[in-house]
Amino acid sequence: MNGANTAFVLISAALVMLMTPGLAFFYGGMVRVKSALNMLMMSFIALGVVSLLWVLFGYSLTFGDDIGGGLLGNLDHIGFKGINPESLWGTKPDAIPVLAFAFFQLMFAVITPALISGAVADRVKFGAWTLFITLWVTVVYFPVAHWVWQADGWLFKKEVIDFAGGTAVHINAGAAGLAVALVLGKRIGFKKDPMRPHNLPLVMLGSGLLWFGWFGFNAGSALAANGTAANMAFNTQLATGVAMLGWLAYERIRHGAFTTLGAASGAVAGLVAITPSGAAVNAWGAIIIGLVAGVVCSWAVSLKYKLGYDDSLDVVGVHLVGGILGTLLVGLLATDGVGGLDQLGKQALGAFTVLIYSFVVSWILAKAIDVTIGLRATEDEEVGGLDQAYHAETAYDFSAVGGAHVGRSTVASIQDETGAGAPQNKKVDA
Amino acid sequence: MKLITAVVKPHRLDEIKEALQAFGVHGLTVTEASGYGRQRGHTEVYRGAEYTIDLVPKVRIEVLVEDDDADDLIEVVVKSARTGKIGDGKVWSVPVDTAVRVRTGERGPDAL
Repeated sequence: MNGANTAFVLISAALVMLMTPGLAFFYGGMVRVKSALNMLMMSFIALGVVSLLWVLFGYSLTFGDDIGGGLLGNLDHIGFKGINPESLWGTKPDAIPVLAFAFFQLMFAVITPALISGAVADRVKFGAWTLFITLWVTVVYFPVAHWVWQADGWLFKKEVIDFAGGTAVHINAGAAGLAVALVLGKRIGFKKDPMRPHNLPLVMLGSGLLWFGWFGFNAGSALAANGTAANMAFNTQLATGVAMLGWLAYERIRHGAFTTLGAASGAVAGLVAITPSGAAVNAWGAIIIGLVAGVVCSWAVSLKYKLGYDDSLDVVGVHLVGGILGTLLVGLLATDGVGGLDQLGKQALGAFTVLIYSFVVSWILAKAIDVTIGLRATEDEEVGGLDQAYHAETAYDFSAVGGAHVGRSTVASIQDETGAGAPQNKKVDA
Repeated sequence: MKLITAVVKPHRLDEIKEALQAFGVHGLTVTEASGYGRQRGHTEVYRGAEYTIDLVPKVRIEVLVEDDDADDLIEVVVKSARTGKIGDGKVWSVPVDTAVRVRTGERGPDAL
């Protein structure tokens, strides 16, 4: 067992865990106030559901020995059977405990379904959502992660480069988001009412937490404390920064302002695009990937208005488009003589099979839930806000007058009055 | 008695309060409000989607005064609320039949 690698992977796993609450804030700030808590909860619930499923059968289906054809893992490790602190993952000098590897990979399985929630904001029944992610990780995420990351997975064998999850995480979640958004239909008032983000500082906080956690996501995927991890960490920073600049520049030219939401979104687009590619490119490759992702994604988020689907928080525009960009660009930009048209073809195969599989299966799952227990909230619940309907809570207490002070002198005059009346009050009390 | 109502820019609230204090007003009520006048709203852009925000934030200040003080008080509010730019707001007064101080039951001008 390699101590340095084990320490690095354990810390990286904790960093990736933080991305899910980070995502919850990123999305939560973007919705209207009446469903802010519901948005947070749609991400947060995945931490519970997927952790349990991972031990029951998720780890086994994803990283168990292949059942044949590179399609799925077997059930040898169901309920973590045969895994103890001495079990090792990887080859001897670099090997880490299986438990460290499984802990790290669990966090990927948690955040991927959480990413989908952005496409369906403000209008899903909470119970139905929880059922959806349970089924979705089982029949979509676990198999796809097996295809891409297990040594016998069919896309892994086709030499598709997906270092940290461009296909298995981002294209996968983006395609699923589109499918579920289409099954659900638009929010009431889509394109008509101003659906402004209710708390942009929360969005910025969320994108900062995502950025921080993403170093674990990307560099940690090396599963070793080595030069590959360092290259990945550095390229993650570079591409993310440049993508933010790209998004802001596009926005300034096209819409006339450098928006906070644009800066946060550009950073996330860069993080997404560098995820599959960062370990196989140099700094110049990272700059190109970041710039393309920032500009193209900032254009892509307007597609929903043109095409008429309500991908509420732009899971398609940022994660699907960003994931495809990163996955394809690494085909061209990979160093060491790997990049070229041949590799681009392999990358396209990986990107589009995951896209189609995820879209079709997610659509079927969402439809099945919709016709049985119902997926969409009632009109009353949606208009009144999902926070009240499903969580019996309100995000903020608005009862105080905000924005202006109650001046010292105003308070003083009230005290004078009560001072005069005080003796009488005492008598009454006695 | 008169009820003076002013709907003004929120950032003028402190100035107005001080001016009213200096004038001798003992109490007032402030509510957050939104609305538009001739300035209409403004445009905001979120991920490329432009929204016209019709209703802009305002504060609504309400003060009860005796009839004789009404005009002077309106003048005080208008002076302290004015920035000279469009969107400064409106001040108006309406007659009030009666007012009661809840604690003591005093009525009319005594309740002010």
